[in-house]
Amino acid sequence: MNFDDTPQEAEFRARARAFLSKHLEKLNPDETAPSLLGEREDKAAIDWAKRWQATKFDAGWAVLTWPKEYGGQGLGRMENVIFNQEEARFKTPPAIYGIGHGMLGPTLMTHGTKEQKERYIREMARGQVVWCQLFSEPAAGSDLAGLRSNAVREGDGWILNGQKIWSTGAQYCDWGMIVVRTDPNVPKHDGLTYFIVDMKAKGVEVRPIKQINGGSGFNEVFFTNVRVPDSQRLGGVGEGWKVSITTLMNERVSIGAGTSGSRIRDIFKLARECRRNGRPAIQDGAVRQRLADAFITSKGLQYTSYRILSALSRGTTPGPEGSISKAVGAPFGQQLSAFALELQGAMGGLLDPAVAPQQALWQESYLGSPGLRIAGGTDEVLRNIIAERVLGLPSETRMDKGMPFRDVPTGPVKK
Amino acid sequence: MNLEFSEDQKFVQKTARDYLTEHAPLSACRAVLESNQAYDVTLWKGVAEMGWLGTAIPEVYGGAGLGHLELVLIAQEIGRTLAPIPFSSSVYLASEALLQAGSEAQKQKYLPKLASGQWIGTLALAEGLGEFDAASATGTRFDGARVSGVKLPVADGAAANFAVVVAREGDGCSLVLVDLEGEGVTRSALASFDASRPLARIAFDGARGERLGAAGHGAAVVRDVLDRGAVLMGYEQIGGAERALDETRRFTLGRFAFGRPVASFQALKHRLADVYAKIQIALSNGYFAAWALSNGSDELPVAACSTRVAASDAFVLASEEMIQMHGGVGYTWEYDCHLFYRRARSLAHALGTPNEWREKLVARLEASGFGSGKGAREVAAD
Repeated sequence: MNFDDTPQEAEFRARARAFLSKHLEKLNPDETAPSLLGEREDKAAIDWAKRWQATKFDAGWAVLTWPKEYGGQGLGRMENVIFNQEEARFKTPPAIYGIGHGMLGPTLMTHGTKEQKERYIREMARGQVVWCQLFSEPAAGSDLAGLRSNAVREGDGWILNGQKIWSTGAQYCDWGMIVVRTDPNVPKHDGLTYFIVDMKAKGVEVRPIKQINGGSGFNEVFFTNVRVPDSQRLGGVGEGWKVSITTLMNERVSIGAGTSGSRIRDIFKLARECRRNGRPAIQDGAVRQRLADAFITSKGLQYTSYRILSALSRGTTPGPEGSISKAVGAPFGQQLSAFALELQGAMGGLLDPAVAPQQALWQESYLGSPGLRIAGGTDEVLRNIIAERVLGLPSETRMDKGMPFRDVPTGPVKK
Repeated sequence: MNLEFSEDQKFVQKTARDYLTEHAPLSACRAVLESNQAYDVTLWKGVAEMGWLGTAIPEVYGGAGLGHLELVLIAQEIGRTLAPIPFSSSVYLASEALLQAGSEAQKQKYLPKLASGQWIGTLALAEGLGEFDAASATGTRFDGARVSGVKLPVADGAAANFAVVVAREGDGCSLVLVDLEGEGVTRSALASFDASRPLARIAFDGARGERLGAAGHGAAVVRDVLDRGAVLMGYEQIGGAERALDETRRFTLGRFAFGRPVASFQALKHRLADVYAKIQIALSNGYFAAWALSNGSDELPVAACSTRVAASDAFVLASEEMIQMHGGVGYTWEYDCHLFYRRARSLAHALGTPNEWREKLVARLEASGFGSGKGAREVAAD
C-alpha cells in the first residue's frame, strides 16, 4: 500500500504541470476556490473551452484514456486523474466535455459501427463539436426505461417525436445521444432504441430551464417530426436499453465525485473570519465539532475515490465502495454549504458576490446542491442501489414487470 | 499510488478470519460477559500461538516482525468476532508504548513476554472525569522510584500484569512501568458497560516503578501512542461494525412481515445503505491512516483523529440500528445484539471519546495552518 506517486507517476505529473504552466494562469492558493457550478456559460466561455480543448488535443494532452486510434493517448486512469489534479491548480474554462468524453465517447466505442466510429469519435475528442445526452423525460427520471419519446420508421430513416429534459449543455451542443421508444407493445426495457441526433436538425427545439439558482445548465429539448437517418442508429432496434446501460456505467466510473478538498480549506478559512461569542468562530466548540466532521467526510470521500482508482488502474473491478461516493457526497455538499451560511450569520442571507464572504460561493453552492442530490441518480435511487446490489437486499416491487409498455399505468400524465 | 493490501497481508487476514470464526464465536464473548472472568484465557493462548500479539514487534524481541498493515487487518478480524481478550490494551497500547519509548533493556525485558502473551500490559491514564490525555492525569505522582495515585478506569486493569502509568514527575509528565502484582497496588474490578471488556480501578500507594522514556517527556509519547492505538482500534471498530451489519442483514432477510422480508422495506434498506456508507467512509480514512502508521508519515496525527471518529461513529450507528432492526428480540439478553451495542460504546470511550478526537483534529489542523491560506503543503495534499 502506498498513497504516494510512483516514480513514473511523479514524472508524468511533472510533465503535465510543465505543459499546463505554459498555457494557463495559475490559481492563487490564497484565493477561494472558483465556483464548481459552471452553469452560467456564455458564448465567450464556450469558445474559450473549445480553444483550450484544441490546444490540449494538438499537444497530446486530451482524452488521455482513449485509445490512440480515436485521438486519445492510451493512458491509464491514474494518469488521467493526475492530469485533472494538476489542471485544477490553474484557471480553466468551464468543463463542457464531461458527458461527451466520459460517457458518450465510450458508448460509441462499444456499440458504434466502423463508419460511426470514424465519423464521430476523433471529432468529439478535439472538442470543436460538443455532445449532449438526451435521456430523462418529464415522466421518466429515476424510472428511465419508462420514457415515452418515440421513433417510427419511415423509409431509410426514423421520425422522432417527444420531449427530453435535464439535458446538460444542450443549448450549445452540436450532437446528442438519445434513447427513444420504438415499440410500445413489449415490456418497457425491450422497446427502446438508441440514436445519434443532430441538434441543429429541423424540428429540434432547445429551451433552457431556469433553475432555482438562476442558472441554466439544463434544458428541455422538444422533438417534432425530426428525421434521423438509420445510419445514426447506435446498436440494434430494441437494444436501446443495453446501449444506455453502457452510457450510465461510464457515468458511475467517472472519478472524483464529492466535495473537493479546497472547499474544506475554504470553510476553515471562513471559520477563522466569522465570529461567534466575540471570538473567531473557529474557537467555538460547536463549530469545531462540525469542522471536524466535514473534514473527515471529505477525506473519506477522497480516499474512497482513490480506492476505486487504485483498483481500476490495476485492472481489477472496483469493489462496491464506489457506489457510496454520490450517495454520501451529494447530501454532504448541501450540509456543508448550510453550515457555511450559518457561520456567516446575517451575511449568510446575501447573494451579492461583492459583499458576501468568499464571493457568495457558499450561497451559490447551497442553491446548487439540491440539484446534485437529484441529478444522475437521486439519493433514494442510490440507496436502493447500495441496498440491492451491494448488500443483496430484495429489489423493489415492480408493478410494471413483464407488462407491455402501452398497458403500464401512467397516473395523471397523458401518454 | 497503490491502495491494495499485498497478497501476503490478505493471507494474514484470511488466516485470522478462519481461526477466529472457529475459536471465537459470539458465545465466547457472551461467556465472558456473563461470568466473572476478565477474559477468555483459552482464546488468548490461541491468539498468542498464532503469533498475532507480536505482529508488529521485531523478531529480535520475539515478535513476528511484520508491520502495522498486517496488524490492522488482524485487528479488524478481532473486531468482527468481539473477541473477549485484552488485545487492544496489550498490543495497541502497552506494546506500542514500549516500542516507541522503551530502552533496549526494557524492550528485551517486556516485548518477548508481550509477544508470547505471557504478560498482559495496559495503559493506566484516566483519573475519573476528564479528558483522556496526559494533561488530565494530574493526581498520580512519580518520585523517580515510586508511584502514588488512583487510576480509573483502566481497561483490562484486573487482568494485566503490568501497566504503563501516566504520572506527574516534577513539573512534567512521565510514563512509568509498574508491576501490577507487586506491593502498593490495589486493584478492583468494576461493573463495566461491556463486561466482556472489563474496566478496573487501580490504586497505587508507593508502588515501585521504572521510568519509560525520558523524565518529564511522557506527554508526547502518550500522544503518539494514542494516535497509533486510534488507528489500530479503529480497524477493530470497523470490523465490529461490518459484523453488526452482516448479522442485521441476515436477520432482516429472514424475518417476514406483511408477507415479505422486512429487508425489502425501503425504510430499512436505506438505513442499511447508510450504515454501509458510514463504514466505507471510516474504512477509507482507515486506509490512509494505516499507511501513515506503517510508513512513519507525519500525516499520522491528523489521519488517526479522522479514523478514530469515523470508526467509532460507524460502529455505534451499526450497533444501534442492529437492535432497532431486529425489533423486540433485539432487546432481549438472549440475542447477541447487545454484545455489539456494549462493545461499540465501550470502544468509543476507550481512548477518549469521538468528540475529544474531533477537537484534537481541528486543533492539529489549525496548528498546521490548514485553511489559513498560507500552506502550499495543504494544496499539495488535495
